[in-house]
Amino acid sequence: MNASDRNIPDRLRSPFERRLRSWESLLLLVAVAIFVANSLASPYFLDAWNLSDATFNFTEKAMIAFAMALLIISGEIDLSVAAIIALASTAMGAAVQFGVPTPGLVLVGLAVGLACGAFNGLLVTRVGLPSIVVTIGTLSLFRGISYIVLGDQAYRGYPPEFAFFGQGYVWWVISFELMMFALLALAFGILLHGTNFGRAVYAIGNNATGALFSGIRVARVKFILFLLTGLMSGVAAICLTSRLGSTRPSIAFAWELEIVTMVVLGGVSILGGSGSIPGVVIAAVVMGLVTFGLGLLNVPGIVMSIVIGALLISVIALPRLWTGRGQS
Amino acid sequence: MKRRTFTSILAGFSLAAGLFGTAAAAQDMRIALVVKALGIGFFEAAAEGAEEAAAELGNLEVIYTGPTDTTAEGQIEVINSLIAQGVDAIAISANDPDALVPALKKAMQRGITVISWDSGVAEEGRQMHLNPSSNALIGNMIIKLAADHLPDGGQVAVLSASATATNQNTWIAEMNKVMGNYPGIEVVATVYGDDLADKSYREAQGLMQSYPDLDAIIAPTSVGIVAAAQAVADAGKIGEINVTGLGLPSEMAGAIESGASRSFAIWNPIDLGYSATMIAHALATGAATAAPGAEIPMGRMGSITLDDTNAAAMADPFIYDSTNIDQFKSIF
Repeated sequence: MNASDRNIPDRLRSPFERRLRSWESLLLLVAVAIFVANSLASPYFLDAWNLSDATFNFTEKAMIAFAMALLIISGEIDLSVAAIIALASTAMGAAVQFGVPTPGLVLVGLAVGLACGAFNGLLVTRVGLPSIVVTIGTLSLFRGISYIVLGDQAYRGYPPEFAFFGQGYVWWVISFELMMFALLALAFGILLHGTNFGRAVYAIGNNATGALFSGIRVARVKFILFLLTGLMSGVAAICLTSRLGSTRPSIAFAWELEIVTMVVLGGVSILGGSGSIPGVVIAAVVMGLVTFGLGLLNVPGIVMSIVIGALLISVIALPRLWTGRGQS
Repeated sequence: MKRRTFTSILAGFSLAAGLFGTAAAAQDMRIALVVKALGIGFFEAAAEGAEEAAAELGNLEVIYTGPTDTTAEGQIEVINSLIAQGVDAIAISANDPDALVPALKKAMQRGITVISWDSGVAEEGRQMHLNPSSNALIGNMIIKLAADHLPDGGQVAVLSASATATNQNTWIAEMNKVMGNYPGIEVVATVYGDDLADKSYREAQGLMQSYPDLDAIIAPTSVGIVAAAQAVADAGKIGEINVTGLGLPSEMAGAIESGASRSFAIWNPIDLGYSATMIAHALATGAATAAPGAEIPMGRMGSITLDDTNAAAMADPFIYDSTNIDQFKSIF
């Protein structure tokens, strides 16, 4: 850092200007640009039903991304989320074989999600293991159990009412999943930005020791965050299983990386301490629009991965280049 | 300066939009050939056959597409985008027979002709299914290829694709049914290479270490057979272990030449893509209807008759060895 960086500015930027220059505005601009580009590039893009179909590309992943955002802000991570989906889905499929009705299946899905989250949380907060190590382990463990139970078989025969969660529409083109996405975005937004719990999450992410000495029960907050992430994985498992109408152990394979990408693209610092739910919401929409828009042009999937990767790097790099050297 | 950066980003996006161009003329019939994943030689050859059919039929655009990984979720995203484009027909090789059903049902509800080929979809998710060959014949063929070179019997192992792959599992099941016809041949293990070159290679290495007396590796997947042949060659076991199964002549030419593989079989993927496109076209134009017992024409490939499950087999698998590999390796 050179001397000029230490100068005290004459006045701070106005709140309006700060908002204008924020990460979320930049992302929103990117989202609008992609929307416009897609509309110009394909005549099929601007259609209510097509856009509604496109939301399925991100809704389930985004549900988990909200909880994951809080977890990453607190300085932890959960890479086992996709494996939790597989295990929760397998448990629901097994329950179907015993004739459990739809409400019971939902309970099974949520309970397995919570249990997996609790397992991760206990290993991290009680045993004190690093979360990245724990969840890489449980990633193999949870999906491994699914593979042992199912092998090359599939669970089918979900009750017809169960299809509502992944294939049903609440009103016109608004699918149940899209509604859940909106409600959960609101709930997690309030939790992170409007409650003491949310402030505690930021405090822990910035300085866990400091937070502990300030009277925040760090281990408890982190445990709750792992529970929430597990629960959201359970919710996503219900939606995805309902959408597919069957369970195989390879369900949601490698989703954890897409979910972490979504969170980081949303402006959450991978080192913890900063980020926002609106950012993650916009990032989810951006990723959904990009994959759907490129899909309409029949761009090969590998090119889509390159575009998402380039988007991630450029959106993260741009503000740093923009503000000169950037803040570290 | 700062503002200019932003303007240039926007300009970049609109330029990108322009480069992608607009959709093709609307009067052409559009048939989507959806494969398990892009970048697999077998499916590239099938796309070639589809183009051949398109050229023969005229006024037909073939959209060759598929996900990056062999996942059902990836194929559903592709199907959704094809529904949005309002294509006339979807001909799909499925990564999962059940998970694609809701998405394909939606496609059929919106008036799109849906057929599956190569790896099938459950009955309610498609109008008909085109098998490249009959599963029983393939199951018999893969064990016969190994047994032909083991007159005194021996140990063989199976290196398959993923544990959830529909067609590989069917073939292995059919193979097990006819094992009684090959006395002395013992299947010691079945391992899964997930159709990834490096994983298949490691699994083949593992087989050689676990079973020192192994005589043959049967890989009923084009990725696995190449990896297994490479592993056998690298281990210096050419002549001891014969790699066989289903593979592509272009990828297997080296293994046939080195002796790591004596022979292998495959149907012609070009014919398969060609036939699938012909059938999709016939159904989409209304020239034929998919119903049990119906006969559907496939151009130069003759015609097929649908069975009770609206499925049919295209042709018998074909054996490739040192006598004909040079002729076929440049084709696919």
